[in-house]
Amino acid sequence: MQIRMPPTAWVSIAHRASGVLMVLSIPFCVYLFGLSLSGEDGFQQSINLLHSPLVLLFGWALSWAIGHHLLAGIRFLLLDIDVGLSKDVANKSALAVLAGGGLLMLLLFGAWI
Amino acid sequence: MSRQLSGLKAWVVQRISAIYLAFFVLLLIYRLLVEPVANFEEWHAWVFHPLNSTLFLLFFLSLLFHAWVGVRDMLIDYLPSFPVRITSLVSFALVLTGLGVWILRIMMVYR
Repeated sequence: MQIRMPPTAWVSIAHRASGVLMVLSIPFCVYLFGLSLSGEDGFQQSINLLHSPLVLLFGWALSWAIGHHLLAGIRFLLLDIDVGLSKDVANKSALAVLAGGGLLMLLLFGAWI
Repeated sequence: MSRQLSGLKAWVVQRISAIYLAFFVLLLIYRLLVEPVANFEEWHAWVFHPLNSTLFLLFFLSLLFHAWVGVRDMLIDYLPSFPVRITSLVSFALVLTGLGVWILRIMMVYR
């Protein structure tokens, strides 16, 4: 038996995966936040860290995660108030979310670098 | 098992926190990307401006609750064994609490 994965299914599972990714990044982000506020040195260190190769790679994934989770989340909230329930609209909005997520990822990561 | 944050309550908390998080994240992105922070003084002053520090604290609170509901939903979905599930839920709750305290320290000590 094969399970079909239409775009709406991808949006849903990616929403969950992006959520997990962000939750896992919270401790590091809190650390970075504290470091950046600890003083002149700390601020400089956090800027350097933000541009280190490993963090940049991780930041790329995080940029996607934020973008997708936000757009998919808005789509879900709209579905909650019965907006976009028809199969046709739901499919189109799912594709829009996937595309938009990619776009936001490029935007955020572009600015990050 | 858990009467707090069960069912409808969790659903509502997740939605309300989501709306605030969306608002704040967009604000943060705008501020950091459209007019980037130049130096420590500017950054520090901005974060600890009374309105901003309040918005930040609300952000962290919303984030921790939002993360809790999301992960809890997943643990319930993927861990059928009660002992494993309850251990995971409690551990994660403790981690989130610890993060909350850490954040509070940062906001209180570095101002």
